[in-house]
Amino acid sequence: MNLELLLPELSLLITAIAVIMLDLFTERKGLLAVVSIVGLAIAAGFAITMWGTDPQAIFNNMLAVDNYALFFKLLFLGIAVLVILVSVDYVSKFVHFRGEYHALVLLATLGMMLMAAATDLISIFVALELAAISFYVLVGFLKDKKSTEASLKFVLLGGIASAVLLFGMALTFGFTGTTQLPEIALAVHEMSAQGLLSNPGLILGIVLMIAGFGFKIAAVPFHMWAPDVYEGAPTPITLYLSVGSKVAGFAVILRVFYSAFALPETLSLDWGMIFAILGAIGMTLGNVVAIQQANIKRMLAYSSIAHAGYIMIGLAAIGLSIGLSPTTDTLAPLAQSSILFYVVAFALADLAAFISVIVISGKLGSDQISDYAGMGKQAPLVALALTLGLISLIGLPPTAGFIAKFYIFSDAVNNGLLWLVIIAVLNSAISAYYYLRVVKVMWLNEPAREGKVPSSLALRLALAISCLGILLLGIVPTIVMKLAEMATSMFGF
Amino acid sequence: MDFNYLTIIIFLPLAGAAIIALVPGLSSRLIRYVAAIFTLVPLAISLGLFAAFDRSAGAEVFQFQEKVSWIPAINANYHLGVDGLSLPLVVLMALLGFLAVLISWKINLRVREYFAWLLLLETSILGVFVSLDLLLFFIFWEIEIIPMYFLISIWGAGRKEYSAMKYVLYTLFGGALILAGILGLYFTTDPHSLSMVDIAQTDLAPLVTSIPLAAIFFLLLAGFAVKLPIIPLHTWLPDAHTDAPTAVSVILAGTLIKMGGYAIIRICVTIFPQATQDYAPLLLTLAAVNVVYGAAVTLKQTDIKRLIAYSSISHMGFVLLGIFALSKVSLVGAGLQMFSHGIITGLLFAVAGIVMHNTKERNIAKLGGLARQMPAIAVIFTIAGLGAMGVPSTSGFTAEVTIFLGAFSSNVVSGVPIFTIICLLGILLAAAYILWLLQRVFFGPALAKFNHVIDADRLEKIYCAIFIALIFLVGLYPMILTDVIKTGIAPIAALFGG
Repeated sequence: MNLELLLPELSLLITAIAVIMLDLFTERKGLLAVVSIVGLAIAAGFAITMWGTDPQAIFNNMLAVDNYALFFKLLFLGIAVLVILVSVDYVSKFVHFRGEYHALVLLATLGMMLMAAATDLISIFVALELAAISFYVLVGFLKDKKSTEASLKFVLLGGIASAVLLFGMALTFGFTGTTQLPEIALAVHEMSAQGLLSNPGLILGIVLMIAGFGFKIAAVPFHMWAPDVYEGAPTPITLYLSVGSKVAGFAVILRVFYSAFALPETLSLDWGMIFAILGAIGMTLGNVVAIQQANIKRMLAYSSIAHAGYIMIGLAAIGLSIGLSPTTDTLAPLAQSSILFYVVAFALADLAAFISVIVISGKLGSDQISDYAGMGKQAPLVALALTLGLISLIGLPPTAGFIAKFYIFSDAVNNGLLWLVIIAVLNSAISAYYYLRVVKVMWLNEPAREGKVPSSLALRLALAISCLGILLLGIVPTIVMKLAEMATSMFGF
Repeated sequence: MDFNYLTIIIFLPLAGAAIIALVPGLSSRLIRYVAAIFTLVPLAISLGLFAAFDRSAGAEVFQFQEKVSWIPAINANYHLGVDGLSLPLVVLMALLGFLAVLISWKINLRVREYFAWLLLLETSILGVFVSLDLLLFFIFWEIEIIPMYFLISIWGAGRKEYSAMKYVLYTLFGGALILAGILGLYFTTDPHSLSMVDIAQTDLAPLVTSIPLAAIFFLLLAGFAVKLPIIPLHTWLPDAHTDAPTAVSVILAGTLIKMGGYAIIRICVTIFPQATQDYAPLLLTLAAVNVVYGAAVTLKQTDIKRLIAYSSISHMGFVLLGIFALSKVSLVGAGLQMFSHGIITGLLFAVAGIVMHNTKERNIAKLGGLARQMPAIAVIFTIAGLGAMGVPSTSGFTAEVTIFLGAFSSNVVSGVPIFTIICLLGILLAAAYILWLLQRVFFGPALAKFNHVIDADRLEKIYCAIFIALIFLVGLYPMILTDVIKTGIAPIAALFGG
């Protein structure tokens, strides 16, 4: 047993249970947030101490402890801290179940951390469901009409997606005889030597897995749930879905496709092109539909669909780079860390945007973009933060979004995907239209009502952290790039 | 260079913007003075650099260089430097930045934000001219969008929000193509490089590439063409110019569109000499269209600012002609024209702004006889107009004559004389639209409704005088600029045997 390698996860689990127990015995519910954050910090501390150690496989190759997993674990822990911070005001509206709320957020985090570490189809599925079920409940937490509808929709569609994913995994298992990613890779390699690779069953398995994972990352055409769920869910949970769940989905996809289906290169070329096409469709559809949205949460939902498209450019580039470099026997270390940088930059920008939305909509009681009129006067700092977040989402300098786009596009151009990059850069220009519309409404239009917009210390702290992050990554990106490179070069299994 | 002059020049305005935006409780008056100081100092330093610039034959091409490793993973550097091509534009921007603050002295709406954005705009444009790293260049190129959006949409007039959004979208689409081009260029070079200097010294032709060099050339050119602008990518310019506040129109006409011309020379022509030469006839055709069509449309304008805006398109056609005639003299002329157009059209916009502010009227048909009520303005406007027409002894004349002489004698591209003759039509049309404008606005019987209209005040006279002095200085003693421009153009013209 290598339990010490699982310390971050275990400490998080213990915290979650402790939060539920504490909820029974204390009247000071504010304590729950404090305990959650302490638990997250402890988990992060354990994760940091493991950074840079040699990759290890634990529990019969079910999980990997490598820099790649740790990178994502730390990212999720950081995001979870911010989610708890921004929930402080939000949950004070709930009479019941505040303990459960925090515990579920922690459990979702735990699920996502395991997703990043899982190296076996079974552990991947279990981790994924742990995160998904926590989210199903959290989405319905408001218990009003929209929230309930969102939750129901999420459960039903999520259930179907899980079934599709499971079917894909079953087919893959059927053809390769194993559920462990490295062994799948070996089996696939052998099949190709015997000329069995064109077997439609295995290809179907891979395609179904893409569909199942595509649901998690809200990739077109598996995105239908996202706008409704984003709109109906409590905003901190929308935020968590957008930055947490999506990033976790990408973490899994990258590991599965890179470790199991990378060789022979024809296979990489195949899924590389699938991701390229899905990405092109996704960003175009997301951006075009976002233009018509009047509700800011729906707009950000479509924006995050579009960003899933941009991130898939990175996946396509990885697929093509393996496919184009003729190394048949051994897999070169993953050269591209641009996806990792991109998800961090995207998470920061989306955090800044959603936290500002929480502050402003909390005061207005409305998510309509037109109601944001005059926020530049009423809440200049929050409006500035939202503007910064949106500018980063457009990908304008000097923000993290720009460097991230430059980095991911450069990987794509390097692998002969100039056409995709041209579609993507034109898409960024389209996206400016709807992002700047919000900016315009805030700074140019006159406020409908008088009065300041209050914001709690916790919210301001969370907002400050994300804004600083955006600027830091935009101006001196080297540190995070180094970390991302370390994460991909120590990609264990 | 031990002292980072260029960094100081480009980031002082930003520091000023930060002070204005963040220090609470500054009065409007104090904000104006802060803005003036934080633009005056960069102007002084840039003049110092201009004086210190080594013009001798054996001198380094790029001077006052600064280079710090910035993102090692992609070999991006914080690399600044000026050559004979960019230095005049830096001086011009620093000058217009300071004058823009003076021109904006009467702004009373949201003063704090206005000056913060104005200073940020100056930083980004200066950054474009001094960056020698493609990524850094692109970052400054894109940063400029945000202040421009706010400046036009809040302090503008007319359909300001529409114009601002149109400007942003055009610029972003242009930027998108530039980014794709930069990436293409980056991966063409081996080892991958973002340094303009290094890439320019590499012969790209023998490198094996998946992307044809001509494709990269056109991606970049299309992006820069939006800014210059080259017809048919010009439609943002009349709207943005017309609806922008006066000081922003001055900067827009003075230096912002020069970013396009500068980038075409610095990147397209220098890095892709072969493609440039192959496609020069196409670009010369566009130049002729720009000149003639731009001038023809100018004649029809009824709005005083819109008229000047269209005349800019015509004048940028001359720049394009000078660039793609590809001879040493014509390229120097293009550089000179960029500077000269900056001060002449800058002045035209500044006075047009005063006319509009004092008379509350911008429709040419409703103006008239203003020479009686505002004699000083009439004189200033006439001088600027003469400059725009290219009357001898003004900078406009010197610049245009240099372009035409250079283009006529160019033996790099065949058929240049024909294009040159077509472009000469532009001079004729310029005389027509300028003189007609002067006649309609300032001469003729005085109108009673303008009897209360006041003339330029002292501050306005001061900044107009600075413009006028420069117009004549460059017109009568062009050596002061051509000396410098030549050092930057010589290595570029050498690529084409010039």
